[in-house]
Amino acid sequence: MNALVHFVQAVRQSRSGRISLNIVTGFLVLALIGPWIAPYGPFERVYDGAGDLVRLSPPSAQHWLGTTNLGRDVLSQMLWGVRSAMIIGFATAFGVVAIGVNIGLVSGYFGGRIDALMMRITDIFLGLPFLPFIIVILSITERNTTTIIIAMTLVMWRSAARVIRAQVLSLKQQPFVAAARTTGGSNATIIYREIAPNIMPIALVNVAFSLAWAIITEASIGFLGYGAAKSISWGTIIHDAYASQLMYQAWWWVMPPGIAIMVLVSSVYFLGRAYEHVINPRLARQ
Amino acid sequence: MRQYILRRCWHMLITLFALMTIMFFLFRLLPGDPAMTVISSAMYPKAQEAMRAQFGLDKPLLQQYLIYLQNLITFDFGYSFHSSRSVSELLGGRIVNTLVLILPSMILAYLLGAVLGALMGWYRGGRFETAMVLVFTVLQAAPVFWLGMLAILLFSINLGWFPPGHLVTPGMFVNRDLWMYLSADFLHHLALPFIVHTSYQIAFPLLLMRSSMLSTAGEDFVEFARIKGLPERRILFRHAARNSMLPVATTIPMILGWALAGSVVIETVFSWPGLGLLMIEGVQRSDFPVVQAAFYLIAVLTILGTFVADILYGILDPRIVYD
Repeated sequence: MNALVHFVQAVRQSRSGRISLNIVTGFLVLALIGPWIAPYGPFERVYDGAGDLVRLSPPSAQHWLGTTNLGRDVLSQMLWGVRSAMIIGFATAFGVVAIGVNIGLVSGYFGGRIDALMMRITDIFLGLPFLPFIIVILSITERNTTTIIIAMTLVMWRSAARVIRAQVLSLKQQPFVAAARTTGGSNATIIYREIAPNIMPIALVNVAFSLAWAIITEASIGFLGYGAAKSISWGTIIHDAYASQLMYQAWWWVMPPGIAIMVLVSSVYFLGRAYEHVINPRLARQ
Repeated sequence: MRQYILRRCWHMLITLFALMTIMFFLFRLLPGDPAMTVISSAMYPKAQEAMRAQFGLDKPLLQQYLIYLQNLITFDFGYSFHSSRSVSELLGGRIVNTLVLILPSMILAYLLGAVLGALMGWYRGGRFETAMVLVFTVLQAAPVFWLGMLAILLFSINLGWFPPGHLVTPGMFVNRDLWMYLSADFLHHLALPFIVHTSYQIAFPLLLMRSSMLSTAGEDFVEFARIKGLPERRILFRHAARNSMLPVATTIPMILGWALAGSVVIETVFSWPGLGLLMIEGVQRSDFPVVQAAFYLIAVLTILGTFVADILYGILDPRIVYD
């Protein structure tokens, strides 16, 4: 909680940080209330007064972002999609960093054989082609939010682990670690009480970049047709437009999800960078 | 140096071996029995047994594993469930198609990204530079498949400058040989996916180079070069940019691996018949021998690409110590 307060205070120091924070907060609010304010359900077929399906209607007062070939309201799909983007994005980002932090801490702290073994395993995961691997897993298992999060976490923790380990290696040399050791602290105490709080900032930067990457990856999975079966995501909206071959006529169908991803992900990038500049003043020397 | 290369080779072999093992278990976890896609339960039990024997599925797991390893090493991927042709036959040209799109585009992205990033880091602080940072961050945040769709919409459908996908005009080439890859028709088809992929990939090296330049610009040796009275351009490219290149060059192996893995997406948008598209088609048809082969080859290319880039980096920067 303290780390979060510090994060918010830190990113608010710069203008790009403030703007990005507002945008991300806005999306978080939409994730909470989106399904309530959405005029229609994500898969609801909309009929007009005469009882005809409203197919491929361009944006109008009735449908701000138009409708799809199956008469679904694009704005409603977008609003429902915020939630799945946020849930999958944040769950993956925290999963990735949780694994990365633990592996990085243990590997960096103990060094030697444990470190060698763990880094070898990390290298093997680095060799896995990430998107094909996720697709293979999702073609084997059931496709729902949980399996997507697990599949993505499985291939994304590897870079976080390396960054954290490098940080732990340099922290280990600091006097406070030696002090904790002489006062008889156990390994677990030193790792989680002394070193872990000091890697929180870098872990938070990793959460931000993982979040950005997870949102793009989730959209890619959806676009390729492997999104969660029973829910809507921005990637699946683009997939439906692409698969129906109507995407080049119905611009209102394809533009919103792409723009939403672009705005959200670049804000998250800017947040990560703003925070990085505060915790690492060398970067800010401009 | 020699020891570095040898150790790197050894590590690559371990990674390849681990990859094959992971794949063996992964593809045997498939829903139900993968053999059931070809062996129908309506067949006589005797016939089913005969087919199991033919696929080697009656042997103990360990033996299956060894045979499997041998097949992967010799690039023998069996037969496609879908078309009954051998998988190797289907793979023909696919690897080349992927590499011909991804590699030149990555090289160009890194070269252009380094030069532009160096200029941006050097002449920092202006309105123009701030706008460029914003543009490239947003570009990096855009899903590449969506950028591809926009490019098709604008350049193929509205302006008619480029064909909207595929390797060549269908029916134009009987033989897929070197001449095809050198033909104007092929280059015309290559242009759009190439431009989209390059402009998407350029953002990362560019932004990294820029921030690397920002910290180099304040270093003593740059000050010193100024005091010596060297011309500005010489200081920029010979001194500052050269030293800022290192952190950018370190990322080449990783990003190359990402780009090869990401070929799945760009190839799908442009119907580009590379390994990525082959894999997606295979998954859609439950054609597991094809999926397995495509996945394996993408992984091998990733691992090889990382390896080569690592070695080159080790040669470029003699300070690197391998631990």
